[in-house]
Amino acid sequence: MSGGTPIPVVVSEVTPLNDLVTRFRFRRRDGLPFPAFSGGAHTVVEMDDHGTRRRNPYSLMGDPADTAAYSISVRRDDAGRGGSLYLHRHVRPGSELVLSHPVNLFPLDLRARKHLFIAGGIGITPFLAMIHQCLRLGLRFELHYTARTRALGAYMDDLERQHGRNVRLYLDDQDQRLDLSGLLARQPLGTALYVCGPKPMIAWVLATARDMGWPEAALHSEEFLAPPTGAPFRASLARSGIGVTVGPHQSLLEAIEAAGLDPPYLCRGGACGQCETDVLACEGRILHNDHWLTDAQKASGTKIMPCVSRIEGPSITLDR
Amino acid sequence: MSLDFRDETFRGDFTFSNSPEAVRRFPFPFDRDAYMYAVNIERHVPTGREGSVFEHAFDVDEHYVSEMRDRALVLAEDPLRCQSLPHMALAGWDLLELIMESKARDYPDLFSLTKDGDRWHWVNRPLNVDDRFTFLDEATLPCGPLEYITRQTQGDFTLQDQREDSLWLDAGIVTTQADWSLDFDLGMKFHEWHAPVPVAHQLGVFDRALKFLMSIQHGQPYRRLNWTLTVDPLLDTSPENYPKWGPSRASLTPETVGRRMHLRVELQSFWRLPRSNALAFPIRAYLCSFEDIVSVPKWGRRLHRVLRDIPEELATYKGFARNRGLLVDYLAAFDDGQPTSPGIWPDDP
Repeated sequence: MSGGTPIPVVVSEVTPLNDLVTRFRFRRRDGLPFPAFSGGAHTVVEMDDHGTRRRNPYSLMGDPADTAAYSISVRRDDAGRGGSLYLHRHVRPGSELVLSHPVNLFPLDLRARKHLFIAGGIGITPFLAMIHQCLRLGLRFELHYTARTRALGAYMDDLERQHGRNVRLYLDDQDQRLDLSGLLARQPLGTALYVCGPKPMIAWVLATARDMGWPEAALHSEEFLAPPTGAPFRASLARSGIGVTVGPHQSLLEAIEAAGLDPPYLCRGGACGQCETDVLACEGRILHNDHWLTDAQKASGTKIMPCVSRIEGPSITLDR
Repeated sequence: MSLDFRDETFRGDFTFSNSPEAVRRFPFPFDRDAYMYAVNIERHVPTGREGSVFEHAFDVDEHYVSEMRDRALVLAEDPLRCQSLPHMALAGWDLLELIMESKARDYPDLFSLTKDGDRWHWVNRPLNVDDRFTFLDEATLPCGPLEYITRQTQGDFTLQDQREDSLWLDAGIVTTQADWSLDFDLGMKFHEWHAPVPVAHQLGVFDRALKFLMSIQHGQPYRRLNWTLTVDPLLDTSPENYPKWGPSRASLTPETVGRRMHLRVELQSFWRLPRSNALAFPIRAYLCSFEDIVSVPKWGRRLHRVLRDIPEELATYKGFARNRGLLVDYLAAFDDGQPTSPGIWPDDP
């Protein structure tokens, strides 16, 4: 399966950080150390949500060198499909879950002379691990972190206390604005830029940097898309000769897996390209939600990323 | 498994040879009677056949001590055989950790690793190494972590940084190679360092291989076999030393083919490294003389058919076009036309 050998874990701590964000700490059930990982890596958390098997990716936020425990921070998405709600409402210390081996689609570029991190909201989590890694390796970094209020800015107090002048916070309710072009203009040559946060913020940061002539190779971003909800539809898996119904709160990939298939995946967030699937026929309109397919591929209607995309209409036939 | 390390040479008087047990476990690379490129990749450990070269993450065999002595000779003559760009230091530590943990687990009678936080104690009994050092502190090792551990591990190693939708060969140690140069390839990306390979580009092999390799995950290593032919059991068939070994191809005679001609098989494996997110490619070379190959009847029949029928451009690329007639004539005597069984393993005696 994707994710390597699954790692069975038990939840050792559940820590509410604010109204929306809760931290979960895991230990291995077999008592062995976890694999070390690299800053920016995520793990896929597998949970049995009352009969629906969910696999959601979350950035690992702890010290990558700490192999005793893994930690993630989960923002509750009240309008979402339920993965974060399940974790918030039902997972307690002692709960048993299964994690994948770490996968990193948002790594540090270790060639950089300086690492410039820009975080929005829960987008802070990969940077917490990256900062640990920078400190361990003696790399120069700077974090610019925006949140709606201080109460919703998870880890702001810790970051300020521990890293002082390497960290700048911006609070919407205080009308504090990140002067992005000013910030980018004063970076030394060889700076790598990393941004993680809401979609409009990522687009703004990348567009500003490109307009100012930053090289593409210096720009790094990560946005985990949650699979959107929608009306149910049928999917025929032509190669396997089976048909599945995709529920309103289920992704197409989850429905395929529930039917017993094991398509490859890494991110489950529309970015890595692993689960790309050929569309043989579609009665309805494909709602593409991924970052992977090109606009031309999306327009052609011949490909779909089942981890985040679904259809509006009665049925789709896939080469699976 | 107890190992009797052979005292032998891979140069000069070429005293290298395989014991009968080593011949039986030789990774014969052809699973059918013909050869064409394929992305012939399969899962590596822990799925390997017992006693085979696939059993452990890093196979240690009877040639270990002598191969390490040969590597030291190559490095003494040419230090550029081991290079690491500055950003690959962490990947070097990742590799050191992977190899030490694997060997201590797989060969506890030969190697041991004891950790007290970052203070590590490494014992390598076959090479009489007993070192204490601090993990991630290069000043506590006699050389960089990549060089340190690969002076104690058979096979070449390259470390690839993953960025800009490609893999970049940014570090390695290369002393047992099939005619390619680390110093030349260092810093190249995947399609650049594979540019000289014929045919495969047109088949799209490298596009597919790159996509596959970039998605390799920690904890899920893969492997493949590659092969070529070498006159005399010379590990260092490098471009740097071509004047020393190239002419040997012209000195082969029907009487010496069986003894001097060697099938050279590379066991290549692919590992995602955890702390650096780099990919490690160990490339382990195994040599077996034609006379030992034909001692396994299935292999004698099959090698004859493969070399007889291989496309000319592949014979040229692999460097045996000029001797193909000589080799095929020698092998023909061991091919009675009987069918061969599928797969690479010898038929049970």
